Amino acid sequence: MNKTYNFAFFDEGSKREIRRATLKAIAIPGYQVPFASREMPIGRGWGTGGLQLTLSLIGKDDVLKVIDQGSDESVNAVNIKKLVSDTTGVRTTDSTKGASLIQSRHRVPEVPLQRDQILILQVPLPEPLRNFEPSEHETKKLHAEREYSGAWLMLFEQIMKYGIMATDADHPVMVHDRYVMAPSPIPRFDNSKLDNNEALILLGAGREKKVYAIPPYTNISSLAFDDYGFEIESFANHACILCGSNDVFLDELVDEESGETYFQCNDTSNCLEMVNQKQSLGVK
Amino acid sequence: MSVLEVPVLSVKQMNKQYGNGCSTCKQMKSGKVTKNYCHECGTVYACRDLTFDLYQGEVLGIVGESGSGKSTLMKSLYFDEEVTDGELYVAGFEDGNKNVFMESAQKKRYVRNHLMGKVYQNPILGLKMDFSSIGNIAEKLISAGNRHVGSMESRGAELLEAVNIPVHRMKEEPRNFSGGMQQRVQIAKALSNNPPILLLDEVTTGLDLSVQASVLDLIKGLQRDLNISIVLVSHDLGVIRMLADRTLVMLEGKVIEQGLTDQILEDPQHPYTQQLVHSLL
Repeated sequence: MNKTYNFAFFDEGSKREIRRATLKAIAIPGYQVPFASREMPIGRGWGTGGLQLTLSLIGKDDVLKVIDQGSDESVNAVNIKKLVSDTTGVRTTDSTKGASLIQSRHRVPEVPLQRDQILILQVPLPEPLRNFEPSEHETKKLHAEREYSGAWLMLFEQIMKYGIMATDADHPVMVHDRYVMAPSPIPRFDNSKLDNNEALILLGAGREKKVYAIPPYTNISSLAFDDYGFEIESFANHACILCGSNDVFLDELVDEESGETYFQCNDTSNCLEMVNQKQSLGVK
Repeated sequence: MSVLEVPVLSVKQMNKQYGNGCSTCKQMKSGKVTKNYCHECGTVYACRDLTFDLYQGEVLGIVGESGSGKSTLMKSLYFDEEVTDGELYVAGFEDGNKNVFMESAQKKRYVRNHLMGKVYQNPILGLKMDFSSIGNIAEKLISAGNRHVGSMESRGAELLEAVNIPVHRMKEEPRNFSGGMQQRVQIAKALSNNPPILLLDEVTTGLDLSVQASVLDLIKGLQRDLNISIVLVSHDLGVIRMLADRTLVMLEGKVIEQGLTDQILEDPQHPYTQQLVHSLL
């Protein structure tokens, strides 16, 4: 552990300021709370929002898991884990069940979260109405007045152009029938996991300087039309090539030698766990 | 009074000023105030003590030189700008008993989305140029609570047909359209949820004559078929003569003359109106 820094990199005042914004965010589910986003040793847009939340919340007894689009071993995830454990000395883990703090980029883990866990999502663009209304001043008013026709209009446009709602990720959600929120670029597959989740879900946008939250047991519904319902990605007739799971989010990959496509779990730690379970069964 | 004589929209003592005003201009002392501009504090009195009613199925024309407060009035009626003081009653809102100007932003938005449609002089203000034409029409329907894609699409296609925009171009962005077509898309958007009140701000200004004629023809037809009430702002007396039943003449933020359009154009009383009518000939 590097002792030339204060515990968890930040000075205590900074941590307190971020926690105060977080508390406000939890009190108003889905509302984007501005906060003083700090300069970080990683570039803005590389997870600084999530990292600041993690650092402000982490205590000596926490166990940290960091995932980058499902993977525990990508460069970004590894480096964030290194930075946090270097400045705090906390343990890190790959297991979703074993972690108390989970920082994630663009995925909600496949293993259901529990009530004493906190999921921290990194957010590039926190404003769901931004493409409709470029001015922050105006979007704040639209949120205040619960005027969300813009969010529906963007979906309508996609239906007109492509015949379906073409949001691959970051499909806007309604939080407890009040605020429309960008769930960060998680696949539509993960939107339903946010609904009534037992864990606290925090979302941090470092570049845009916003924090927002989904407290445990909050109703989350994905925006949809009466005649065009919300649909998640379908992996019908496909299963993970490694563990055989077919009820999880799969990545479509190409075998470079044979040129054939195959599917593999996106959540690597869950995949590994499934494989281990199977093998232990096989030995018996 | 019979039910028919209740106005659908009623404005009482509406004032709109830009600036706080000072002791000099509040008393309207001559010398310091030129037209509606105060030299002491720079306050502009855009609308002064405007009072008028709009009845069912009527076209109310508003004429006046540029800077006379016509567009400010229209912006205030559509809540694009807040008024300084005054009252506005709309028949479809709380039975016309509540002053809409004093209501919350949400209530104003309700009135605007459900009971009114507006066509701006400049299509950039009224349309989202990056969204498809059908999307622009759907925006108004969505904000009025519609969540059914099929019904919005068919309503949009029907309206674009009515304003002579070929249906095969309905998914195109208005930025690709000519000025006249953009104006017609705006009209289709304004009409999408059958508003009882339509606000038209200089709809034909800047369009060439044949397009002007077709837009005017369209408005006249819509008014006759749907029996909606229209407030029509124009500085073109020809347009006013063709469309308006009644006319207000504005000058320096005030209404200086009002009456039946024929009467105003044939027998103007105020010197400014006389000059205006005279310059037409």
